[in-house]
Amino acid sequence: MSAVTTPSADALAQLTPVLTKRWLSPEAWRLEVYETLDGYAALRKALAAHPDDLIQLVKDSGLRGRGGAGFPAGMKWGFIPQEPDGQQPSKPHYLVVNADEGEPGTCKDLPLMMTDPHSLIEGIIIASYAIRAHQAFIYVRGEAVHAARRLRHAVAEARRAGYLGRNILDSGFDLDVVVHSGAGAYICGEETALLDSLEGFRGQPRLRPPFPATHGLYASPTVVNNVETIATVPYIVLGGSQWFRSMGTEKSPGPKIFSVSGRVNNPGQYECALGTTLRQLIELAGGMQDGHRLRFWTPGGSSTPLLTDEHLDVPMDFEGMMAAGTLLGTTAVQVFSDADCPVYAAYRWMEFYHHESCGKCTPCREGNYWMKQVLWRILTGRGTHEDLDTLLDACDNLLGRAFCALGDGAAAPVMSSIQYFKQDYLDYIEGRTAPMFAPDPEAEALVGAYR
Amino acid sequence: MTEVDRTQQRPDEVTLTIDGIEVTAPKGALLIRVAEQLGIEIPRFCEHPLLDPVGACRQCLVDIEGQRKPVTSCTTPVADGMVVRSHLSSQVADKAQQGIMEFLLINHPLDCPTCDKGGECPLQNQAMSTGRADSRFRDAKRTFPKPINISTQVLLDRERCIQCTRCTRFSDQIAGDPFIEFMDRTSAEQVNVYRDEFFGGEPGGDLASHTEMGDEPFQSYFSGNTIQICPVGALTSVQYRFRARPFDLVSSPSVCEHCAAGCAQRTDHRRGKVMRRLAGDDPAVNEEWDCDKGRFGFRYASATERITEPMVRDAATGELRTASWSEALAAAADGLRAARDAESGPAGVGVLTGGRLTVEDAYAYSKFARVALRTNDIDFRARPGSAEEADFLASSVIGAQVSYREVEAAPAVVLAALEPEEECPILFLRLRKARRKGLAGGWSHGQQVHAIAPMRTRGYDKLGARLVPCVPGGEAELLAGDEAVAQALSQPGAVLLVGERLATVPGGLSAAAALAARTGAKLAWVPRRAGERGALEVGCLPQLLPGGRPVAEAAARAEIAAAWGLPAGVLDGRPGRDSTAMLAAAADGTLGALLVAGVDPADLPEPRLARQALAQVPFVVSVEMRRSAVTRYADVVLPVAPVVEKAGSFVNWAGQLRRFERVLSTGAVPDLRILDSLAAQLGVALGCGEVSAIRAELAGLPATAVPAPAAPSVAPAAAPEPGDGRAVLATWHQLLDLGTLLDGNEELAGTARPAVLRLGKRLAAALQVGDGDPVTVGTATGAVTLPVEVTEMVDGVVWLPTNSPGATVRRSLGAVGGATVTVSAGGGA
Repeated sequence: MSAVTTPSADALAQLTPVLTKRWLSPEAWRLEVYETLDGYAALRKALAAHPDDLIQLVKDSGLRGRGGAGFPAGMKWGFIPQEPDGQQPSKPHYLVVNADEGEPGTCKDLPLMMTDPHSLIEGIIIASYAIRAHQAFIYVRGEAVHAARRLRHAVAEARRAGYLGRNILDSGFDLDVVVHSGAGAYICGEETALLDSLEGFRGQPRLRPPFPATHGLYASPTVVNNVETIATVPYIVLGGSQWFRSMGTEKSPGPKIFSVSGRVNNPGQYECALGTTLRQLIELAGGMQDGHRLRFWTPGGSSTPLLTDEHLDVPMDFEGMMAAGTLLGTTAVQVFSDADCPVYAAYRWMEFYHHESCGKCTPCREGNYWMKQVLWRILTGRGTHEDLDTLLDACDNLLGRAFCALGDGAAAPVMSSIQYFKQDYLDYIEGRTAPMFAPDPEAEALVGAYR
Repeated sequence: MTEVDRTQQRPDEVTLTIDGIEVTAPKGALLIRVAEQLGIEIPRFCEHPLLDPVGACRQCLVDIEGQRKPVTSCTTPVADGMVVRSHLSSQVADKAQQGIMEFLLINHPLDCPTCDKGGECPLQNQAMSTGRADSRFRDAKRTFPKPINISTQVLLDRERCIQCTRCTRFSDQIAGDPFIEFMDRTSAEQVNVYRDEFFGGEPGGDLASHTEMGDEPFQSYFSGNTIQICPVGALTSVQYRFRARPFDLVSSPSVCEHCAAGCAQRTDHRRGKVMRRLAGDDPAVNEEWDCDKGRFGFRYASATERITEPMVRDAATGELRTASWSEALAAAADGLRAARDAESGPAGVGVLTGGRLTVEDAYAYSKFARVALRTNDIDFRARPGSAEEADFLASSVIGAQVSYREVEAAPAVVLAALEPEEECPILFLRLRKARRKGLAGGWSHGQQVHAIAPMRTRGYDKLGARLVPCVPGGEAELLAGDEAVAQALSQPGAVLLVGERLATVPGGLSAAAALAARTGAKLAWVPRRAGERGALEVGCLPQLLPGGRPVAEAAARAEIAAAWGLPAGVLDGRPGRDSTAMLAAAADGTLGALLVAGVDPADLPEPRLARQALAQVPFVVSVEMRRSAVTRYADVVLPVAPVVEKAGSFVNWAGQLRRFERVLSTGAVPDLRILDSLAAQLGVALGCGEVSAIRAELAGLPATAVPAPAAPSVAPAAAPEPGDGRAVLATWHQLLDLGTLLDGNEELAGTARPAVLRLGKRLAAALQVGDGDPVTVGTATGAVTLPVEVTEMVDGVVWLPTNSPGATVRRSLGAVGGATVTVSAGGGA
């Protein structure tokens, strides 16, 4: 068995249990437990404030979207056109929570919704109040039936307790929340595809502009935020923007749930200040498994270019990751060791992107289909040197040419794995590594239409 | 940024630079359009100027200064100071385009030599301009079973599809028939129709018969357009598939002869045979669309029973036999002369011209009747009409112009006795365009259509029309008295569109004319047939001479006599008889002869009377293309050229002259040449032997100084009230029906809407019938039995298609809309 190492003091100091603070409390998902643990205290405070002040508060806190892109949440809220006080808007406003957590390696929103659903609902009420929405939706990943059930239960509890419905806590504010299950498509995590899916259409990204802030759900002003972003809001209301900024870095303030998986002793969620390094995260996760040495890792899921052991001390915030040539993404840290093959990893990810491409635009639909087959050929010992050039050029033609970010994400593992581990590819191509698989003529003949 | 000179720029314009060329363009214009105007052709597939931008294919990527990555020029509006570099001046854009092209081709089969699109294929062409000579793709292409029928007419080869969504966007946005949609995702993404098997049902639903299971074929009147705008060979028609190569075809511009829309078309032919027809491009009429009837309905000219040689009835055998032109013309002239000059017994010649003649042919008939036959007994209406209608046409339609653009811009459009999708499909598309524009601009700003009709139809629904519920026959009352309708028409620019069916409602057209005059609304009459408006303009009516000159007015006759070089007294001042009166006279033995051109007796209000008349009248000359119910009775049959084999013009409902030249050069002669020869035999120099001569003569007719007659003022009829066990009949033609111009088009017929009998919930309950049960409608003449579709409609009304399989209303019932009929559950009896 692997020896679990103790984290250093320096790593422990990075821990900032804010969103995860109730996760170990038994049955924190029940309303009465939640209420005993500061639950709905922020809501009372928020409802006493002017909505514009809440937007300003979130702006001041510097909270950036936790869904991957890191767009400032307060600025997004501020884009919603607002009428003067007392005047009804011509179109309703909507808040949509993106709970379609599907990025490979990411597992932060689902545990949050399972252990602490009321923190999300409290955040939803505050955010809706701030943007003057009276209807909110939680779009839950189709496969996560358990999370949808727990959320529905929590919404019902909140409604019974008067946190949802008409005249919430005598504030005069009305809000209802619908928990909607998707149909199992990665693309519906893209906010406009999510909106189409929520409207009952085929989930494919929409042309922008117009942006959701003016033409979102049912062509009405809409804010789409990630679960973690919204769940952070009550803590900012309670703690204030200065407190929030006491964690993390200047441009990437606050705590963040890192999903650490792979060759570590204690995979799981570690909530740390933004700017924490991989070295610290591995320490917190009990160190590398015995006999495994870090070889490569993803900072934020498979859509973020790989990093290597050279990057153990790069601060994991939006700027630090950008400087290292990758992205912070959803802080899904997947740790791979020298026992793992980067070529095979790239192939598996490419299978995923091929499977999940919505088909709308050419580069993503065709490029992934192509690259998957090239990678398979390399793994089955039939690769050529030209294949490497072809892969890189195909990525070049895909990156920044696709309709939405899914295409960019698909190019990331291929480009970065070739960048750092070209020799692994060459070893397959030149026969130094034995083929990982035997060719499968039957499956290959059907490739495309039905695979 | 380059310096931009803004001195010439208007506030609604922006100035930008594309490939170093400075250009000023309207705000909001799409980059790809503006580049086009500079002659910079950016490759594209999903982009279509009449469809909403989608940015799916990514082929049109260009480089814009200040942008991190290339952007699609088809979705990007121009902005002031923008510096754009296309593939012509930017390596980034060029590389991006090459990359997309390579992606598109990896899954596209290399079957150009056997693909119908090969030779006119945007993918093929742009692969040559923008693609690599060699593919780097070494792996397996995606495959699908092929081809599959998505309707009886349209075939789909899914592996050729490049997912540009032009077809699905057309069907959804333009036609409003979203029967095709993308299914599945990633490289398996495919266009398809709804099939039960995708959702756990049994596979193998046979779309050739659309009654099968729950499968829903591509049942759209506009499906052919998707074939035309498909940038690859994924969509093909059964009719054209594997018939020709585009580079072997000769393309001739033409005008559609099927309805009064007047669509521009392109007729592609090879070695004297039409291979296909395509929608022509005419922004003032059909934009770039046509309907399936116009596109696919050209086989009638080459269908069976085409007459190629004249025939005369053999005195000895009583049978028609082939004759020479000189014999046949002499025989026809003799018969017509005898009837014309008869002093006693059956006397005079009646001329029935149908509604399908070109302006030039109709003019020749009009002149031939007046000058050679010395009669005003001429009527183009091979359908129910009325004296009131003739007065209305003379007062309110002759010379009137209401353009498609005015209809599109109208804040309100009222439809009376008109179902545009069935009766004038391109007008329907224009109304739908207005509807969509309105929706895009916010719900309250769009065009509102008000449909005076007994029920909602799919067509009305697609226009978002407000139904003004009306028992057939009650239209006149509503036009005269409905406040909401009057109010809608009072808005500046509002349009009142009346269908030819309004003629059967006493007072209907009078009320329409009065309403238009009262509200200031524009008024247009929308007949079904292509030749009706033209025939009206050139005087194929018993009381009108060319140019709408009343026969009864001496001054009007004098104008025409002068133009035609006739001595005074040749033109008869007594108005002639209309079709029904002529047929009645023929049936009772007082008419001497009938000259019939392209009339199907089954279209007439009383087919039985027509047959009786044809049998009874001593002499019949039939000018026909194919053997018909009329040639059966004819003494002389003169074969005539179909539209494709002659030049001519139509005047569409909007009053636009739609001129076309001959497409196929054959020996077939047009009506006007026959009439000219017949006139010569009768000793009259008609001067109508050539289309060009008639066009010149028509152009030379002076404007009339005779004032137009006043609009008719027939009192509005009350809506009929049927008694117990009876109902009021509503009926109109479906676009695809038993019309003879659709002969020889089985695949097209398969996309027709099934013939059903429609009745309301209350009547269904009284008869104890539900959807699919047989119900019989009867009159003294006969009965029609069809399966029921319970429809939300006015109480006490049943609806039947006028001329569809199982429902030949005029022949079987001898009835028109508004008639009282019996209704009973079950078949026949």
